Parts: sequence; C-alpha cells; structure tokens
Amino acid sequence: MTTWDAIVIGAGHNGLVNACYLQRAGLNVLVVEKNDWIGGAAVSRELTPNYLYSNCSYVCSLFRPEIMRDLELPRFGLQVVPYEGGAVFTQDGDYLAAYHDHHAHRRDFARFSKKDAESYDRYARDVTRQCRFIQPLLLRTAPDPASFRPRDLGELIYLGRKFGELSAEELALTIRFWTMSISDFLDEYFETDVIKAYLAISGIIGTALGPMSPGTAYVLLHHYMGEVDGSVGAWGFARGGMGAITKALADSFRASGGTIRTEAEVDRVLIRNGRATGVVLADGEELKAKRVVSNADVKRTFLNFVAEDELPDSFVKSVRNFKMRGSSGKVNIALDSMPEFPALPKNSPCLQGDLHFTDTIERMERAYDDWKDGRWSADPMLDIVIPTTLDPTMVPPGKHFMSCFSQYCPPKVEGREWTDADRDAFAETVISQIADYSPGFRDRIVHMEVRTPREIENEVGLTEGNIFQGELTFDQLLFNRPVPGYAQYRSPVHGLYLCGSSTHPGGGVMGAPGRNAAKEILRDLSRPVKDMSPAHDVI
Amino acid sequence: MGLMRPALLSVAERKAAQGHIHKIKFDTPFQPRLDALMQTHEWYDWAGYRAPHSLWSEELEYFAIRSQSALFDISPMVKYRIEGPDAEAFCNRLTLRDVTKLKPGRVHYTAWCDDSGHVLDDGTLFRLTETRFRLCCQERHLPWLLDGAFGFNVTICEETEEVSGLALQGPTTCALLKAAGFDGIETLKPFDIRDFAHQDGTVTVSRTGFTGDLGYELFIDTRRALSLWDRLWDAGGPYGLRAIGYAALNTARIEAGLIVANADFITAETALRADRARLPDEIGLDWMVDLKKGPFNGRRAIEAARRDGKARFVLVGLEIEGNVPADQAIVYHRKKREVGLVTAAIWSPTAKRNIALATLERPYGDSILNDLWVEIYALRELQYTRLMKRAKVVPKPFVKLARRTQTPPGDF
Ligand SMILES: Cc1cc2nc3c(=O)[nH]c(=O)nc-3n(C[C@H](O)[C@H](O)[C@H](O)COP(=O)(O)OP(=O)(O)OC[C@H]3O[C@@H](n4cnc5c(N)ncnc54)[C@H](O)[C@@H]3O)c2cc1C
Repeated sequence: MTTWDAIVIGAGHNGLVNACYLQRAGLNVLVVEKNDWIGGAAVSRELTPNYLYSNCSYVCSLFRPEIMRDLELPRFGLQVVPYEGGAVFTQDGDYLAAYHDHHAHRRDFARFSKKDAESYDRYARDVTRQCRFIQPLLLRTAPDPASFRPRDLGELIYLGRKFGELSAEELALTIRFWTMSISDFLDEYFETDVIKAYLAISGIIGTALGPMSPGTAYVLLHHYMGEVDGSVGAWGFARGGMGAITKALADSFRASGGTIRTEAEVDRVLIRNGRATGVVLADGEELKAKRVVSNADVKRTFLNFVAEDELPDSFVKSVRNFKMRGSSGKVNIALDSMPEFPALPKNSPCLQGDLHFTDTIERMERAYDDWKDGRWSADPMLDIVIPTTLDPTMVPPGKHFMSCFSQYCPPKVEGREWTDADRDAFAETVISQIADYSPGFRDRIVHMEVRTPREIENEVGLTEGNIFQGELTFDQLLFNRPVPGYAQYRSPVHGLYLCGSSTHPGGGVMGAPGRNAAKEILRDLSRPVKDMSPAHDVI
Repeated sequence: MGLMRPALLSVAERKAAQGHIHKIKFDTPFQPRLDALMQTHEWYDWAGYRAPHSLWSEELEYFAIRSQSALFDISPMVKYRIEGPDAEAFCNRLTLRDVTKLKPGRVHYTAWCDDSGHVLDDGTLFRLTETRFRLCCQERHLPWLLDGAFGFNVTICEETEEVSGLALQGPTTCALLKAAGFDGIETLKPFDIRDFAHQDGTVTVSRTGFTGDLGYELFIDTRRALSLWDRLWDAGGPYGLRAIGYAALNTARIEAGLIVANADFITAETALRADRARLPDEIGLDWMVDLKKGPFNGRRAIEAARRDGKARFVLVGLEIEGNVPADQAIVYHRKKREVGLVTAAIWSPTAKRNIALATLERPYGDSILNDLWVEIYALRELQYTRLMKRAKVVPKPFVKLARRTQTPPGDF
C-alpha cells in the first residue's frame, strides 16, 4: 500500500493550489474529493444540456496572479476577462450605473448628486490606500503575537513597520475600517441612498451581518483588494465559468504527477500518537500518508474528521465558537434569450456587469432582519451577473446563463431544516424581484438550480453554507483565523494542516490560504520552496 | 443661511441625463469647429472630454501663440460658482492669498490646502462681483468646498458644463479682439475682468492665460458659446488666428514656468501614497501664503513646517546642457546622489535653451545648487543613449515677455 507524502482532503481551489505546490516541490500528493466533480465552490457544471453554470462563486478578482503564474494556469486554459461595471435599478424607474470609464462613472453618479459624484474619488482613494496596506499581507503567514520565535518576531516587526508607514490620518482610518459598519462609513462620504446602497453590497456579501452592523466596512475591503491583470479592485469572469480555475489547477497538478480521486469522501483522519498518518474513507478504505492537509472548513475538519480526545478542550471550544453562519443563497438560471431591462439604455454596458435591485441601505437592513428571524429575505439583496454576455464558451450563441446571488438566506428556517417547498419559495423571491424589472423574464427560463445553505453545505461541504468558510469579521482574521495560536496552518495534531478559506487570509477564490499552507508544510519538511515566486510588490 | 447643497435632481432630469454613456468622451460646445479643423486626429482625454493634443502641427501651433493669435478650448476646466454675503470670507478661509485684497473685476492665481497644509489644487479665483466668485481648477473639489462652507452664508455650484471657455493667446490678440468689437479691451490690465456684450447676453473676458504671453480668457454661457468662437474666427484672419491643441500650450506654459496639478505635483486628495502630498513651499507656491490675513485652511501646518524646517522638497527651474529634453529624468548631485525628478522638460523655441521644471529634495535646489546633473535616456532608433548633463537652477519664468503686462498692449 502506498504511503503518500501528503493527502489533501478536498479538491476545492485551495486544496488544489496546495497540492500543486507540494507536488512541484517533489512530494507525492493525493487529493481526495467526496464529489464526483472537483472545484468545491469554484466549479462549473452542466446541469441541463448545453448550459454551463458557475454553480457557486461567479466572479473572479481575488485569485492571486502570483499563483496563476507559478502554476502555469494560462497554459492550462485559464483566462480571466474583466467586466465593465454594473447598475442598481431604482424603484422610480431609473438606475444608477457604475462604468469602467472614470468620467462616465462620475457623470452617472452626478445624475443623482454632483457632490457624491465628486466624493467618489475621495472614497476610492481611501479604500485604495487601505487595500494597498492589506494586499501585502495576503501571501504572508500571520505572525503569532504570543510567540517569540525569530520569524514571528520578524513578521510582527514587518506588520509594525507597515503600520509605521501609515500617516496619522491613515492609521485612524485603518482602525475605523476594521470596526465600522459599511453604512456609517458610507455616510461620511455620500448623501444619496442608491449610491450608498450600491457601494454597500461588497460589505455584506456572504456575511451574516447587516449593512448597519459594525465590522462590515472591512468585508468591503476584502472584496476590493483583488485585481484583474494589475487593475486593483477590478472583477472579471473566468472564461468557462469559475470551474475553469479549478480545472486549470487540476490539469496543472496532474501534469506535475499528482493524483486526484473523486467520489472519495473522507470519514476521518487517522491519528497515531498525536500524529496524522492518513485518512479513512466513508467506505472504510484506509489511505496512508506522512501528512494530511484539509481543504475542508475548520469545523468540518476538527469536529467531524478528528476524534475530540485528540484535541485540547480549549481548541475544540474555539473551533465551535468560530462564526460560520450561512447567510447566502443562489439561483442559477439557464435562459433561452437575453433578458430585457427596459430601464437601461439599449446595449448598456451594465448588462455585462453586476445588476441589483436594492436601492437603499434600509431595504438591505430589512433583508437582514428577516435572516435574524430565521427566514430568507422577503425582499432579498441580489447580486446578478450574466457572464455569457462576455463569455462565448458556456452556452450556445444567443442563450444565456444568469447567476443570482441572494443575501440573506438562513442556515435553518426558523430553527428547523430546510424543505424543498422552502427552497422553491426562496427561489420565487429571487425570480419575482427580477421579473418586476424585466418583462417576460419567466418565459425565458429553461432551467434553474436553486441553492440554499442546505444545498451549499450538502454539496460543497461548507458548514452552514457559509461561503467564506468562516466570517470575515476582524475578530476572525490574521492571527485569530481560525483559532488563536493555530493561525499558521498547523493544528494540535502533528502533520495535520488546514489549507482552506477558514485560514488566513480568508474566503473568496483567492488561492492564498492554499499557497501559504504549502509554504508552511515545506518549511516543516525543511524543503526548499520550489516554483513559488515572491508576492508581487505593492509599489 | 443660504442654500448650501445643490438640490437633488428630479427623476425626469435624471432620466434625461442617462444617455451620457453613449458618448464616453464628452464634446465641448466648440467641438463642431474643432472637428472641422482637426487634421492630425490626435485627441486626448481632458477630464472626460475629447480635447485636441494637436490639430494640424504641434510645432507650428506653438508659434501661433508666440507670433500671432492662438485659440484654445478651455471648457473642460472645472469651475465652481461661489456666491453669497459670506463669499469673500469663505474664499479667504479656503485659499492661501488674501481675498479681501481681490477687488471685484479682478482675478488672481491662488492655491488651497487641506488641514495638513498639503496642496489640494491651484487655480484662478475670479471675483465677478462683490459677492460672486468663480474658482477655476484642474481637479474636482465640490465635497471639500461644501464641507468647508459650513457656517458661511454662501451657495456653491459646480458649473463646468454650464460655462464654456476659450483662451485667446498671443501678441495680436488685443488687436483681434478690438476688430471683433470688444471695445475698450486695450484698457484691460493683467488680471482685470470685464463683461462685454455678446448676442443677447455677455461674455466675461479676463486678461489671463497659461502661456506667459499677451492673452485673454473668455467665459460664456454654454448655450451661446459656439457663436463666440465664430465671432473670433471671423475677425481673426488678418491677425493670424489659429486653433491649437494642448501640446503647443504645454510648451508655452513650461517657458512661462507655470505648473500643472498632477503633472508637476500630486494633489493631496488624489495621492494614494501619503508621502506624495506637498506643502505650498514645496512646489514653488510659498509666495502665495499670506500670513498677514486671518485663519485659512492649512495655515497652522504651513507655519509649523516653516518653523521646524519640515518642507522637504523644492520645485525649481533648471537649465540643462545640450538640447535633449530631460522628461522624467532623475536629478543627481555630483552625478551620484539622487536628489530629484524632472516633471516637465522641453527645448524652448523662444529662449533657445533646454529647460525643465524639477522637484528636488532639500537642501538640493535650496542651499546646494552646484554640481547638479540630470540623467537623460534618449531613445534613438531602438537604442538608448545615456547622457549625463549638467543642470543649473535658474529663475522662472524662462521666458519673460514685456507684452504680457504692457497696457495698452501693442497690435503685435
Ligand atoms: C454561492 C457562493 C458564491 C460565491 N461567490 C464568490 C464569488 O463570486 N467570488 C469569489 O471570489 N468567491 C465567492 N465565493 C466564495 C468562494 O467560492 C469560496 O470562499 C472558496 O471557493 C472556498 O474555497 P476553498 O478551496 O477554501 O474551499 P471549498 O471550495 O469549500 O473546497 C472544499 C472542498 O472539500 C471537499 N470536501 C468537503 N468535505 C469532504 C470530505 N469529507 N471528503 C472529501 N472532500 C471533502 C468539498 O467537496 C470541496 O470540494 C462564493 C461561495 C459560494 C458558496
């Protein structure tokens, strides 16, 4: 029986990134994935003939370009195409547009308020300054503030120096960013409801908080610090859907000699004398390995795969306390023709971007109130894209795939499990909102995939359906992610590592956790890190 | 208290403005005339407008400025109207110079700073009447102006699109305007403003410009703008009137030693890197700072910086050996130590010298003036020739023309 150098549990994008780096460094790596498809939440599947969906994640920005280059993903077919802008439809029949062109963008904001239009530059500058501060932290292991090892001290000094580079005003702003609600933050710049509503979206996506909850300003930053080809804050579509990213990763992994087994659900991690020695699959098969890396979230890994007596009580308690509340749902729709939105000018570039119908922060907050009561939002905040307006590979010409992300959707319905009837009723809130702005919309629908937190948890394995494997609030970031003292991808079990979004720097299709974890594993092996180019400079 | 915030637009007005996206680069009202004259098809984006870089010949357009009359469309310049009983007090608090000394019918070149004394922009402040001002500048400042207006009885409106502008510059411009019916234009002194009749309204003419030459700037209600162009054009033939693009103007303004925001310095509100912001003393605007007047934005920080010697940079004029323009070149002391950067450089056709504007790190350019060098990488047929040329700090302007200030001006 083979003893693998490493077994990676889960073929999500972070598991694959991790596996690629380890395999390239000379380890013999096996990836085991429970589903008969790979990709986790970065996946494209054809559920109805001729229509490819981005079933979970749908837009790309955070994925680190260093990783694309190191793992030769372009050679394996990856191409990310930036998109133009977006729009929020207003209830009075107008819309607010965001455009790629700086001045067109300003002019559209100026239709609502000249002051807000000009405030946008100040706002964008402040957000960009903060992103420039955070970006270099993404590909670095967070220091352990309680440790006196030279490298932790070195990292702490690095952090301290980064802080030192901030001016007094910037430092004040940084602290405010990490603690404020997105609503309060936007109030300091803008006066128009719809402008605030548009900008607040990034503060609540995937988060079990409302726009008025403290901490949501940071969530916004998390969505801004990505880039498409050096254009910071830009978002794009992966050609072929988000699955193109994990497909390219898998091809790269196999090309360097790695092995992937699908339909191989891990039941538990084998542990002998406090050391991980392999995994046991659901069908009882045992696979041996010198080390095990889990791409599953921190709760699934330590509360399901590892027997409680292998772990310190305080650790288990911290894992239980880690906030990983499901708050999002998604409806993927196959359309037999391009939907019309009469409020938009003909051929509006907004149709290639993100579309929304929530035109005030109050409506967003009310949508959140429903979630707190254990219900899906009656008037949800939708983040809609139609990637097929730019990507010709997912559907036949003239047909379209529409991705509708919905905030908020609870992990349990008023405390009980979701039923199919609930799921259909949830879908109806989404469809009816779209149909209000797009006549004839229902008639264009060919097929629909509806995903509540129940489906997201069951299919992707994200506990409670939390899309980021743990909320991105500041109490759960940096050296506190996922558990203080265990923020460096290691765990209380020797040879058992975490590499998923539960770890620093968090969720989104970013790849950084997978790469950082690989670096730590190779460090433990005293192996030179191969094919890992340094993080790009932020100059 | 007057109305401080511009009223929000109605749904109908908003919808009427939706179509802007069909034309990403806006036209100014003079576009039909520019389009007809455009031969090089060298457009550039000036604050979201399609503006000519050159129209027929960059080089010859420059000589229209220095030998005849040159017409340049300045409509994209950002304009704010500041009006009300407290307008003077507000402007005085906003800007560096003493606005109480600016009489109605006069304009001055000024700048304004944030609380750290960092320059937000430079521009011209027109005092149109006792209680009405117009601020013209490169960047946008409405939130800054409105926030600063708290407690002042003023109304502030952005009027960039409502007011169009033309710069008419060159030695024959006074004669041209006289011929076009601007009676009495010859009595206008530098920085004077006067209204003249045009059609059923007026055109506001100031004796200002960005060329260091004799010249005027004309501001007019956008609805009447095109006929103003025609009026000048019809009269302009005998005076050698030519339309010009930015390239020619840029040459003239460097000769005049004038700086451009976000080219020669980074404005405080656009700087992504906090250390890029500049005090007035660091960009050659120290002469504007009027400490004899009352409080103004940034005063305390500027005074403290002066007291503690915190001004780190100095903006200087350089004269450089040879004839290769030193665009973006690094400035060295003793050919070794990096001490600054050239932000604008040309071979001056009028001074016949190789000139540049540069920002140096003090004490270089301030107390240490000797042994300065610039490193020029001249790309010639796919090969760089690296030149290390001696640079001398010289006073600005590089070109000083008596006709700029002479009143009444001559006919050429
Ligand atoms: C609906 C939705 C929309 C999103 N939208 C975006 C977006 O537009 N842009 C963006 O950047 N991010 C988005 N995200 C977030 C992003 O997709 C995730 O944060 C990211 O994909 C997580 O990647 P991961 O590799 O860390 O974990 P996962 O993708 O969760 O991978 C974990 C893998 O482990 C497997 N696994 C779990 N348990 C077992 C087991 N017992 N045995 C074997 N395998 C197992 C799972 O099947 C899965 O393949 C979205 C997420 C969701 C759910």
